[in-house]
Formats: sequence, structure tokens, C-alpha cells
Amino acid sequence: MAEITYRQALHDALREELLRDEHVFLLGEEIGVFEGSYKITAGLLTEFGPRRVVDTPIVENGFVGMAVGAAMLGLRPIVEIMTINFIVLAMDQIVNQAAKIYAMFGGQCPVPLVIRTPGGGGQQLAATHSQNLEVWFAHVPGLKVVAPSTPADAKGLLRASVRDNNPVIFLENLALYNVKGEAPRDDYMVPIGKAQVTKEGADLTVISYSRMAAVALDVARRLEQENRLSVEVVDLRSLRPLDRETIVNSVRKTNRAIVFEEDWRSFGIGAEIAALLQEEAFDDLDAPIKRVASLEVPLPYSKPLELATLTGSKQLIEAINELAPRRRRRVNHGRNNHAPAQ
Amino acid sequence: MDDNSKQQTQARKGISTREQARAPIPQEEDRAALLNYYYQMVLVRRFEEKSGEMYNRARIGGYCHLNLGEEATVVGFSAGLAPDDYVYTNYREHGYALARGLPPGAVMAELFGKDTGSSRGRGGSMHLFDRERRFMGGYAIVGGQLPLATGAAFALAYRAAHEIVACQMGDGTTNTGAFHESLNLAKIYALPIVYFVVNNQYGMGLRVERGSAVSELYRKACAYDMQSWRVDGNDVLAVRDAVRKAAALAREKHEPSLIEAVSFRFRGHSVVDPDRYRNPQEVQEGRAHDPIEAFATRLADAGLLDEKERRKLDEKAEHEVDAAVKFAEDSPFPSVDEFMAGLEGYVYAPAETGEEGA
Repeated sequence: MAEITYRQALHDALREELLRDEHVFLLGEEIGVFEGSYKITAGLLTEFGPRRVVDTPIVENGFVGMAVGAAMLGLRPIVEIMTINFIVLAMDQIVNQAAKIYAMFGGQCPVPLVIRTPGGGGQQLAATHSQNLEVWFAHVPGLKVVAPSTPADAKGLLRASVRDNNPVIFLENLALYNVKGEAPRDDYMVPIGKAQVTKEGADLTVISYSRMAAVALDVARRLEQENRLSVEVVDLRSLRPLDRETIVNSVRKTNRAIVFEEDWRSFGIGAEIAALLQEEAFDDLDAPIKRVASLEVPLPYSKPLELATLTGSKQLIEAINELAPRRRRRVNHGRNNHAPAQ
Repeated sequence: MDDNSKQQTQARKGISTREQARAPIPQEEDRAALLNYYYQMVLVRRFEEKSGEMYNRARIGGYCHLNLGEEATVVGFSAGLAPDDYVYTNYREHGYALARGLPPGAVMAELFGKDTGSSRGRGGSMHLFDRERRFMGGYAIVGGQLPLATGAAFALAYRAAHEIVACQMGDGTTNTGAFHESLNLAKIYALPIVYFVVNNQYGMGLRVERGSAVSELYRKACAYDMQSWRVDGNDVLAVRDAVRKAAALAREKHEPSLIEAVSFRFRGHSVVDPDRYRNPQEVQEGRAHDPIEAFATRLADAGLLDEKERRKLDEKAEHEVDAAVKFAEDSPFPSVDEFMAGLEGYVYAPAETGEEGA
């Protein structure tokens, strides 16, 4: 199987869905003539024309709502929001309208809509262009939220999202666009609501999603190669619905859990999963659940400050070392136990 | 455009459009249609009076906003559209739902929270919906329905369909971002939509002049190079004709436009609003220009409706509303057990629906 980038996987899925279903169309800022701020839609305007690939002015609430309305009449819009930070301007249409229409009107009107948008920091884009707001949407019944970490999942989940009859927030990540991975078959689909154990392990479980799931997998593989620890990685892939079963089963096996997320810790995805684990796997836990997340500040611009603020592999390894069973802790070697506690 | 600018000039001069409401009924009007307008207006009046009464008897919960005083606006709006056009409204929508053919029983049952309600008791007064009749919902966030209606028009244009969308809103909505964003989008994409502003002169308790830098609201459309008209919302024929004209523009030329119907709310913002911010004299004067009385007089003057026939229509409306209340009373509440057993299906559409539009 050839390797393609996450960007290419998204592009291919969009193109295939446009070819497959006349109801599918794309809209968003700069997706046509400009070919996309991050070039996901490059070439699609030329291939499909302005009816199917619609450039919008900078009016997030307006064009997101327009997509919701078009979906109400049976079209299948795929909206691109340039970055998740701008989705804040469309909250009324997403939270008050799209998420409510099917239920509130007694099941008369499905809203088959996909909103693609990248989150994530680390590009020196500062406080207003680096957020991870997925938990806002994962909180809302009526929405589905997916957050793939690999090109294969990006493709498979995007196809599944387009075919779903509900509004789906499709979370991408700026730092994932150039990541390469195996290209799945044309008909490859990843079901919404299914997590994946991307690496099996015995000592502890790291639960993550989107870019941090890729980082976690990398860390886990490294630790295994170094023959230090056997870390299991659960890539959530979907935040709503959440695959509780896969999370709980993994922690029942390893008895230790870290939730690793790029967003802010308080009231975050990790808080939800920690609560789930104490509800469902309390007796299986050998240690308190750890949350590894970014500092709770508006992200600063300056590179050293940005690096200090964002979470990453260093913070995860620290947490793993603290949480791992004592017999396996690298720093111990039986001596640290006697060290003074200061 | 000449016609448009003439009307705009008239409106700017503040010429009382109430004179029109007393003008003779043109010869070419169809009597059956005229009597139907009268009947619809009375039906809305009775239905809303009854809604207020049922609210006070605690049969209806939540918020409840009535169309009392706006009957000519409501019925004229609906009469100007084709039966298969799509309608989006705000939360003051009982009358619009009735005028679009929703059974009064289904509307009253929705207000009562019953399973037979038009939204199966899930939406209530502010969220009536009927897909079959293309009544695409009452929306309770001010301005929320505008991008949605614009998107529905987008879907119609995408399919090169013959239907259009009509989007009703209140005067306060014209100050929201959603209003301006939607008008702009409709114009740049040439969408088949009519924006219909009901200027009842108050956004809750805020007078239009205090809330809008431009108090002649139809003028706001000029920012989007869009045709617009102000009409007397007390004159059902004037409202109908304006909507017809705008609908034809949308249908034939894919040209969006805007209508401002100047109307008057007989009561407070909602049934619990004691209406203390309005001058009693102003309210008295507003109520004196009763659109139903005015229309009945015009019909009588034209020899189209005598007292006996009027009483017959009034009684028919009364009976229809009584039957709606009885239907709502007799209908069951939604089953809590079924609801709890099917939460997933309540919130999310199943995979197999939604391929084709309404």
C-alpha cells in the first residue's frame, strides 16, 4: 500500500464523495479559487465547477447556517471552517440550530452536514489561532464529533461522516496535514463512534485523539523499542459518540490510565474520560488517572513560551514514568524510594 | 425599480398606509379567495385568543407569543406564496402555521405538549414544524432562521427547482448579524428567497427607533442592492400583493428581495408580558385599526359579505378552534417510557433517511 499524507487522504475522500453523490457539495472560505488555506481542496473547483465547490465570503454564521438549511432540504454540504477558532462565530447555527433540528421538530428533518476544521497550536499563530475547542461540540447532544489521527482514519471517517444523516464536526489538526501513512482502499470506511487500540500494551493505557494520539503512538513505540515499558494506546477517533467500551476494556487490562490531550485540562476530554473510568472501572484502577494537557492560558506567540505552554511527548513521557508500575519505572532502579522527598 | 422607489418615497414621507386598508376592493378579486382570507384571519384571531386562555389555564407551558393584531400580515404573507413554497418563521408563528395549512388540532396539541402535536410535543409553541406542508419551522433564537432559510433557497437553486423560500422575521431581527450575512449571501448567490419583516414596532419592549439606526426597515436591503418594499401590514391584500411580486422575482429571476409589513401587536411580547412599556393610548389606537374589522367593512362595502355570512364564518372559526382544543385535550402526552427507551433515536437521525429532500 502506498503512503499518502493526511492532506491527500482528505482531498481524495472529498473528491470521491463529490463523484459519488450529486447531493454532496463543498463550501467555505477560500476553498475554490484559492484552493484552500491548507490546500485540502486543491483542484476541486477546476474539476467540479462552482456549483459543487462554493467560495463563501467571511461570514461563518451565515454560511454554516446556509449549509444547515441546504441539508434540511436533502443536500449533503461539507463545510470547511478555515480553523476551529473561527467556528466560534457560527455557534448559533451549530449548537442552537443544527444540533436541535432533528429532535426538536419531532424527527421530521435530518441534517446531513459535515463541518471540517483544523485545530491545534504550535505554529506560532498565538492565542486566537491555536485553540482546541472540540470539547465544546462533544458536549452537545445532536452533534457527532470525530478527530482522526492518521491518513487512513481521516479518509475513512470523512467518508462515513458525509454519509451520516446528522451534523458531524470533523476535527483536523494543522500539524497533521503533512503526516504520511498508508493509503486505504477506495471503499475504506471507519465507523463513527469506534475507538481503536493502535498499540497493544500491558503496563498502562494512554487514551488520546487527533494529533496527540499520533504523538502517543510514537512515544509508546519508542518505549517498547527501548524495552522499557509496554504502553497501550487507545485512539478515540470519535469524541461523540464516545466508545466507552474500548476505553474501559483497555484500562481493565492495564489498570492504569493517562488521558493525553492538546486542549486545556479543566472540563476537557480527559475530565470526561477520567469520570467514565471511575464509574466503570474503579475497582480495576491501581493508580489515579492522569491527565496530560496544555497549560490553561491563552497561547503566547513567542516560540519558547509557546513550547512551554503546549503539551507534547516530553510531558507524556514524564506522566508515563510517574504512573508506570513501580517495578517498571526507569528512574527507580530500587534507589529512588530512599531519596528525600523534596 | 420606479415602482419600488415610488413606494419607498411614499413610505419615507410617512403617508399613512392605513388609508389603503379602507380602499375599495378591486373588481377583479375572486370572492371565494377573499372570504377565505377573512376566514383565515378570524381563525388566527380565535386560535390566538384561545391560546392565551389555555396558557392562563396552565394547559400551555413555556413562552407563548401570539399573532393577535397581525392577522392580515400573517394571512397576506401565506396567500402570496404557492402551496409548495417553503416557509421559515420566527417563534411568533402559530398563525403562519395555520395559514400554511397545518391542522389547528396539531398546532394546539403541540402547544399542549401532546404526542399528536406537529413536532410530537418536542418543540412547543416556538418550534412548530410540518415537513409535508413545507412549514420548515418556527425558530426561537432571533435571526436563527435567516441563514437556514437562505440555505434552503440555496438548495432550491442548486436543484434548479421552481419553488421559493419565504422567511419571516420580526423588526428586531434586522439588527442582527445573521440578517445582514443572509441578505448578502442571498444576493451574491442569486437565491430564490423573500425576506419578510413584520415590523410590529417593538422588539419585545424596545421601540424600533431606539433599536435600529434606520427605522424604515425595508431600506436596509439597499445595502445589498436588493429590492424592497414597505406595506401596510393591516391590509391583507397589500401584503399578499407584495409577497406575490417578491415571490415572482425570486421564482422567475432568482432575485431575492425584502418586504417590510408594518403591523401592530395587540398585546405584550408574550402572554405573560403586562405590556407596561407601551402608552395605553398608543395601544388603544393600534387596536382601533383592527385588520379584521377593516377587511370585513371593505368586503361589506363591496357587497361581498353580509352580517349573516360573516357570523357564519366567525362561528365556523370558533368551532374549528374549539375542536382543536378538544383534540389537544383528548390527545395523549408522549410516553415517557418510549422516550427513555429511544433517546438515541430522538436525538439522531437513523442512517437510512435523509437521502432526498422535502
